[in-house]
Amino acid sequence: MSQQNKKLTVDVLVLGGGPAGAWAAWSAASKGAKVVLADKGYVGTSGATAPGGTTLLVIPPIAELREQAVQSRLKAGGYLSENAWIHRVLDQVEVNLEQVEHWGYPFPKDEDGQSLRTHLHGPQYMQIMRKVVLKAGVKIWDQSPALELLHDEHGVGGARGINRLTGEKWEVKANAVVMATGGCAFLSKGLGCNVLTGEGLLMSAEVGADMSGMEFSRQYAPSFAEGSVTRGRMLAWATLYDAEGQPLLKGDRTFGGIPELMLKGPVYASMDLADTEEKREFLRRAHPIFFMPLERSGIDPFKEKFPLTLRYEGTMRGTGGLRLIDHDCSTTVAGLYAAGDAASREKVTGAISGGGAYNASWAMCSGSWAGEGAAQYAQSQPKQADGRNLVAAGHHGMPAGSASSAPLEVKPLVSAIQREILPLHINYFRSEPIISASLDRLNALKAYIDRQAPATVQGIVQSREAAAMLTVGRWMYTAALARKESRGLQKMVEYPELDPRQTYRLIVSGVDHIGISTESVPHAHELDVRKEGRAV
Amino acid sequence: MIEFISATKCIECNQCVTVCPTNVFERVDDGIPVIARQSDCQTCFMCELYCPVDAIYVAPSPDGLTGVTEEELTNQGLLGGYREKVGWGKGRTSVASHDFHYKLSARSIF
Ligand SMILES: Cc1cc2nc3c(=O)[nH]c(=O)nc-3n(C[C@H](O)[C@H](O)[C@H](O)COP(=O)(O)OP(=O)(O)OC[C@H]3O[C@@H](n4cnc5c(N)ncnc54)[C@H](O)[C@@H]3O)c2cc1C
Ligand code: SF4
Ligand code: SF4
Repeated sequence: MSQQNKKLTVDVLVLGGGPAGAWAAWSAASKGAKVVLADKGYVGTSGATAPGGTTLLVIPPIAELREQAVQSRLKAGGYLSENAWIHRVLDQVEVNLEQVEHWGYPFPKDEDGQSLRTHLHGPQYMQIMRKVVLKAGVKIWDQSPALELLHDEHGVGGARGINRLTGEKWEVKANAVVMATGGCAFLSKGLGCNVLTGEGLLMSAEVGADMSGMEFSRQYAPSFAEGSVTRGRMLAWATLYDAEGQPLLKGDRTFGGIPELMLKGPVYASMDLADTEEKREFLRRAHPIFFMPLERSGIDPFKEKFPLTLRYEGTMRGTGGLRLIDHDCSTTVAGLYAAGDAASREKVTGAISGGGAYNASWAMCSGSWAGEGAAQYAQSQPKQADGRNLVAAGHHGMPAGSASSAPLEVKPLVSAIQREILPLHINYFRSEPIISASLDRLNALKAYIDRQAPATVQGIVQSREAAAMLTVGRWMYTAALARKESRGLQKMVEYPELDPRQTYRLIVSGVDHIGISTESVPHAHELDVRKEGRAV
Repeated sequence: MIEFISATKCIECNQCVTVCPTNVFERVDDGIPVIARQSDCQTCFMCELYCPVDAIYVAPSPDGLTGVTEEELTNQGLLGGYREKVGWGKGRTSVASHDFHYKLSARSIF
């Protein structure tokens, strides 16, 4: 890479400023570390949480209730989760939510004056996080996507990126880096998710980090076809109809049933189960962002039918990501930590989606732990990162990796990747021949990544995003083919049942050549084969 | 997808340029920002929330424009309507302080 313009050395560099990154930055700074938080977009508006909001995993500290939740998750998640980690999250969520309230979040109260801390409105939550992170002394660099990590024989030592508004290149040296860049949603236009293109995972893999759970990525969310808001839960008040107006499914039954229906033809919804004005008004006020696109399109969703689509959510409301090896959210690479959707959430969600409470809770907890772990690690190093012989590790979709003088055309490449990843008939209805043919086509696209990326700011960023999406797609399908069974989010036509012998995690590593291995899980022996050997 | 910036309302504060997660706008010296990369818009409505004077309209469809005019929208009360609904901006009560969501989860079906 050419001359760097903006340089800084700190203790901890946090990449990504959604909830996970914001909590990581705040907790590292609270431990006395000097911290930079760099986000591709803007800390406060960017990422999956900011435009909408999240429901949290809040269970009263009554041993029985909590044990019940943990056990039911263990079973639903195909025995890949870890009870101790779920208990940790349940404890930490309470601490963090109390902190958020202390920072000024206006939680509603019940009649007894008890705060109802179960839901966070995205814009408000992230605006508060921005404020407290700054107050803790963290330097926030907005509009500053990271492109590649710095490393030496001792591990990671910072990152390089670019400022999208000024074109200025930046370099931060830091003995610890927290990867909190979110999941990878393949530019499928789900609310807030087009910033999630997987570079954090790619740059981590380039320095040797592993991914886990990439096969659990069959997650699609329903939305109004002419809108971006993905809120499947709201369809609990809806009836689904076919093009002739025949009712198909209603209420809770709509959950998970839409892909099959969409194979047969277009699907419409009407929120006609909210059958009184009081109910309708309540829903409208509870969820303005769900109703706004419909309203703006001139549709009365309670009376009229509106067309649905399914938006692919990739690893965002899927499960896979960077493999963690310890309580402090460290990865297999020294100095590299991961939090939120960038990390594998299998420890708490197992093989199923973490959407609906687990992911948001995981983001704030893993963020706190990773920030603290990174601060401790950085502060225990013998010298500052600027005294190390660090080199940049970025390769794929970057000048250092280009092997051809032909120009890289990003848009057609992204479309070609999306053609393999977004369609239900490939990625949702998975079967061995279809996934392996698709993986072959993705592998063939690798040659395009080695071309010359355009030298514009957009070109530099988008080439790297394309390289990352391609790599994440290849990991997903490689893992999908290696799990020859159906478990949680992973389903293969050829293997409709859960195979108790495959109660392990799948680890993928490498970019050019993808290696795959297994990792044992602590609760595998509890799986009752007679009862749960049948389909999950 | 972002539809327009109202030239009559915009006060050139560049807040939208600063906060847009997908870098859609381009700052202009002594002028209102330009929608430079419309097709990169992710239809997240955050610019609408952060615009202090309700000068921005984001059309609901992420796939294309609608061609609505400022006048039509103003007449329908749709300009700035989102800020109002979520109680965003000075002197409004944030939707965050309502117990709607708590109740929503409590009675997942009526
Ligand atoms: C509509 C919707 C509703 C949801 N509802 C719920 C719910 O009710 N309960 C629940 O548990 N979960 C829910 N989720 C999931 C939840 O929002 C995510 O799990 C959570 O946001 C993860 O936080 P994060 O910080 O890891 O990632 P994100 O919030 O996605 O933030 C990632 C950040 O990284 C930045 N970034 C990306 N690439 C780079 C780069 N190269 N350099 C620098 N920065 C980068 C992005 O700009 C972004 O700001 C929902 C998701 C959506 C989309
Ligand atoms: S809607 Fe979101 S992505 Fe589109 S211009 Fe506004 S802030 Fe940017
Ligand atoms: S935020 Fe609103 S007022 Fe400020 S520059 Fe953008 S459009 Fe104009």
